[in-house]
Amino acid sequence: MASAARKPPSQLGIKLRRALCGRAGWGGFALQLLFLAVLFWVGYEILANARANLQSQRIASGFGFLSQTAGFGVSQTLIPYAETDTYMRVFVVGLVNTLVVAAVGIVFATIIGFAVGIGRLSPNWLLARISGGYVELVRNLPLLFQILFWYLAVLGALPGPRQSISLFGDIFLSNRGLVIPKPIAQGGLTAFGVAVVIAIVAALVLRSHSRRQLFRSGRLLTVWPYVIALLIGLPLLSILAFGAPFAVELPQLKGFNFSGGMRIVPEFVALALALSTYTAAFIAENVRAGIQSVHKGQLEAGASLGLSRGTALRLIVVPQAMRVILPPLTNQYLNLTKNSSLAVAIGYPDLFSVFAGTTLSQTGQAIEIIVITMGVYLLISLLTSALMSLYSWRSSRSLGA
Amino acid sequence: MKRVFFVASIAVASGLWMQAAVAQTLKTVKDRGVLSCGVSQGLPGFSTPDDKGNWTGLDVDVCRAIAAAVLNDPTKVKFVPLSAKDRFTALQSGEIDVLSRNTTWTLSRDTSLGVNFTGVTYYDGQGFLIRKSLKVNSALELNSASICVQTGTTNEQNVADYFNGNHMKYEVIAFGTADETVKAYESGRCDVFTSDISQLYAERLKLANPADHAVLPEVISKEPLGPLVRHGDDQWFDIVKWTLFAMINAEELGVTQKNVDEMAKSTKPELKRVFGTDGNLGEQLGLTKDWFSRIVKAVGNYGESFDRNVGAGSKLGIARGLNQLWNKGGILYAPPIR
Repeated sequence: MASAARKPPSQLGIKLRRALCGRAGWGGFALQLLFLAVLFWVGYEILANARANLQSQRIASGFGFLSQTAGFGVSQTLIPYAETDTYMRVFVVGLVNTLVVAAVGIVFATIIGFAVGIGRLSPNWLLARISGGYVELVRNLPLLFQILFWYLAVLGALPGPRQSISLFGDIFLSNRGLVIPKPIAQGGLTAFGVAVVIAIVAALVLRSHSRRQLFRSGRLLTVWPYVIALLIGLPLLSILAFGAPFAVELPQLKGFNFSGGMRIVPEFVALALALSTYTAAFIAENVRAGIQSVHKGQLEAGASLGLSRGTALRLIVVPQAMRVILPPLTNQYLNLTKNSSLAVAIGYPDLFSVFAGTTLSQTGQAIEIIVITMGVYLLISLLTSALMSLYSWRSSRSLGA
Repeated sequence: MKRVFFVASIAVASGLWMQAAVAQTLKTVKDRGVLSCGVSQGLPGFSTPDDKGNWTGLDVDVCRAIAAAVLNDPTKVKFVPLSAKDRFTALQSGEIDVLSRNTTWTLSRDTSLGVNFTGVTYYDGQGFLIRKSLKVNSALELNSASICVQTGTTNEQNVADYFNGNHMKYEVIAFGTADETVKAYESGRCDVFTSDISQLYAERLKLANPADHAVLPEVISKEPLGPLVRHGDDQWFDIVKWTLFAMINAEELGVTQKNVDEMAKSTKPELKRVFGTDGNLGEQLGLTKDWFSRIVKAVGNYGESFDRNVGAGSKLGIARGLNQLWNKGGILYAPPIR
């Protein structure tokens, strides 16, 4: 006897209930709602009270100060800035400075960190010992001390601008920083830029083509001569056809300082150096832990296939180790970004120094400025960690894990 | 910089209860038995701890004078060293009762920070300290110079105004504390260190070879330095204001730390008024009748404090100049105690 197909019971109510209240049922949902309401109320009370009290004490509040004229100079501005600009502009200048030093720091910390981390596991006795010594020395000294060391002891010992060390005649190194010739955009710049982009895209296409060939037919295509020809040849052709992309402005000693040219201030160098060497010591340990988490047999298997130690590391061990390395690596990137606020000790105009420092003391609006600054650091950190999660998701997918 | 976060979070958190704390400073100080006074992180002549850890200086004497007037003991002061950029927040949040830290009186600070300046302890101006070896004789020769300055001061904006006004280029490097600023100047990172002139003389003493450095003749701004209190407590405002006026009036009346007991017995009407043997001026302030003699006994009159800390009797050796009494060629003038 054929029984009529019974309809499954409606899942909608159960699904909704599960989504809203978890395991606690409807009662739990009400409690959560109540808790949220109380949280909002407390937050509102704090804000309203702080506002009323600020007003009664006649402390200025609100965000109107952002459109006032700042009236002070900043030593490193990567976007145009003058004293007549607003505090909002100061905020952006500071933010750009923070991002630049963090980005440079992250790049160098990663390079040094991986080199030292791998070096520490090297069969070469001297290299392993030096790497180990580096880690133990650098990670055990306070960062602020290291920043001041680089700034006052190393860079401060350079001669003054009038006795500066000259490299190749046009590059000058002094305690005012590194002065290099400055490229100035010319007519050929657009064509040059387009040529460079085309060359890079073409090189990437070639690479993926050669990889596909390798996986499909096992043939190893030699593409690097073409890649180099593309990367050098195309821009060169554009220069010949459309003229030079840049003219060069040479620095000259004038009065107290160099005028013309581009200058990298010593505050930036000291901060970037200290941040990257310090963070590199921690990254090195992460890398070592990651590599050691990959079974030794993997490396031996690589060796038995005839791969050199370097190739085996690059193709077999590091990709597997990355899964272990990435989460703590994200931590180190976040630490580095936040640690860049120590810049105030050596006068590097980062966000914390020019906005939560100078702007705060000139306008006196502590609460607003601290809230903005905290928000920005939070945002930078969340973005960094989101990017790293994306990368880790991609790399774990490609490993088939 | 940690302090700013701390203070700001306290300020937000205490938003709920702050209301009650206003207008009670005198009672709070008396109950606590100690005056909490914000000073610099070590500026010779104004506020600096000596080798035994005792704070001395002109700004410190103001704190001690207030403590003497209110608590009858000039030693009952807790000194809170503050950097230029933390100082106002510390006062706003109630961490200190009075800020006596070479702070320039300006309109925007007086109106938007929730503070009130109570008077002027030192009439100063901004100048430049430079190495003699650079052979610069005027600030107008400083085109394209690198300048070290402490962040959170009026000096930062004055430099911008002065250089832009004279169409000169400059590079300013701002540091968090005075010590870091001076260290950077000494290391050669800057050609010039700029600050209030009194501070230039004071910081010059800390340099390895003070004689190698000179203060340029230009004074590019007015910097009237004085103590300040929180807005909204008029009684406390009056007490701090009249403590300084008492020191200045004492000099004008010829009352010194030594002769104060003798003078207190004087039958001169104006002396009887200030010493409280006639009338109750001290009580009108919320203090005691002998408030005036307490102050002078503790720190001496203004002139004595000046000489001891920054003037002829000190290492700084700064001349009285503008800070001389009005009837002796200066502009120091206190309203009468009557």
